[in-house]
Amino acid sequence: MSTLDKVVEILVEAKDLEADKITEASTWDDLGLDSLDTVELVMNMEDAFGISLEMTEDMKTVGDVVKAIDAAK
Amino acid sequence: MSFSILGTGSALPERVVTNEELSHMVDTSDAWIRTRTGIRERRVCSSETVTELACQAAAKALTDSGCTAAELDLIICATISADYATPSMACILQDKLGAHCPAFDINAACTGFLYALDIAAGYFARKADQKILVVAAEAMSRLIDWQDRSTCVLFGDGAGAAVLGAGDGLLAIRTGAKGSIAPLYAPSSWGNSPFYTGNSAQPYLVMEGQEVFRFAVTSMVQTVEDVLAQTGVRKEELAWVLPHQANIRIIDAALSRLKIGSEKCLTNIADHGNTSAACAAILLDEANRAGKLKKGDLLAMTAFGGGLTTGACILRWDK
Repeated sequence: MSTLDKVVEILVEAKDLEADKITEASTWDDLGLDSLDTVELVMNMEDAFGISLEMTEDMKTVGDVVKAIDAAK
Repeated sequence: MSFSILGTGSALPERVVTNEELSHMVDTSDAWIRTRTGIRERRVCSSETVTELACQAAAKALTDSGCTAAELDLIICATISADYATPSMACILQDKLGAHCPAFDINAACTGFLYALDIAAGYFARKADQKILVVAAEAMSRLIDWQDRSTCVLFGDGAGAAVLGAGDGLLAIRTGAKGSIAPLYAPSSWGNSPFYTGNSAQPYLVMEGQEVFRFAVTSMVQTVEDVLAQTGVRKEELAWVLPHQANIRIIDAALSRLKIGSEKCLTNIADHGNTSAACAAILLDEANRAGKLKKGDLLAMTAFGGGLTTGACILRWDK
């Protein structure tokens, strides 16, 4: 499973989103997620991938998160 | 090195402030506050002082316990918003209740009630047969900036109390801290010294929501897992979980990581918001008075707050 697929799976599971509406270009705003949602998701990703992620201002899209996860692996 | 809870009490200000009312004061809405925090309304001091609330909660706890104030061996108050820096809230209660014992306040912000229980456990280790009054009381309305929509919607005022006596109801307790100012801080009085040349603290409570959320979820999960491991109690044996009432989303995230169903979780955040240290004590008293607690029930309490502080305990309800 690619990092993107896994990230989408986590988003769908945690926030009841529809998988086919999530792309690498989706922003948190597009997905209707606020700042606390993003912290929770980052924590979920850390657990799922066994990594440590620093949440930064630059992480605006799903693609940004995928890149950060791949870099941290 | 343990105690049992003999009685509980709580007191809230009369004035109810709804989300709707707040939406006329700052740029927010009932729907926004409810979905982002789980809060519908909160109580806020108008004519009452926080000492009066503490006194009412303590008096109710004494009545519930069947003890008199004269029997108390110690009074501990957990607060970050007492009416006075000195005398302590606990000393004022000693006077108003008619007790004759030592009395002092502690500050562990929202974890204050758990820290106070931990301190009490130390006193019980020294002398098993005694009675200790633990009170947690806050007037958060005095610390927050009522023009800041990101914080003023979150907090409320109130007081809760418990009378502790000889017994072995406290099965395990653990407190912790990760000292740091930035995530959550509120000023104390800086006076008017003509000699001080540094900067004054900003006047109101400041909170960095994302950082607090992360600490809250991880620390509550960790401390609960720790006290469960220490006691050998299994999650399915818990009758109730009483988490700190800061944000329903923090509670949901922590419960889902702990794999504990929300049906086991007691909450009152919808009605009271975050009353800091008082949350845990009020929640316990409301459950007690609603008849939800049966003798022998195992309860897990957990909290986190400014400091940053955290804690959890496993209590057997012996009443």
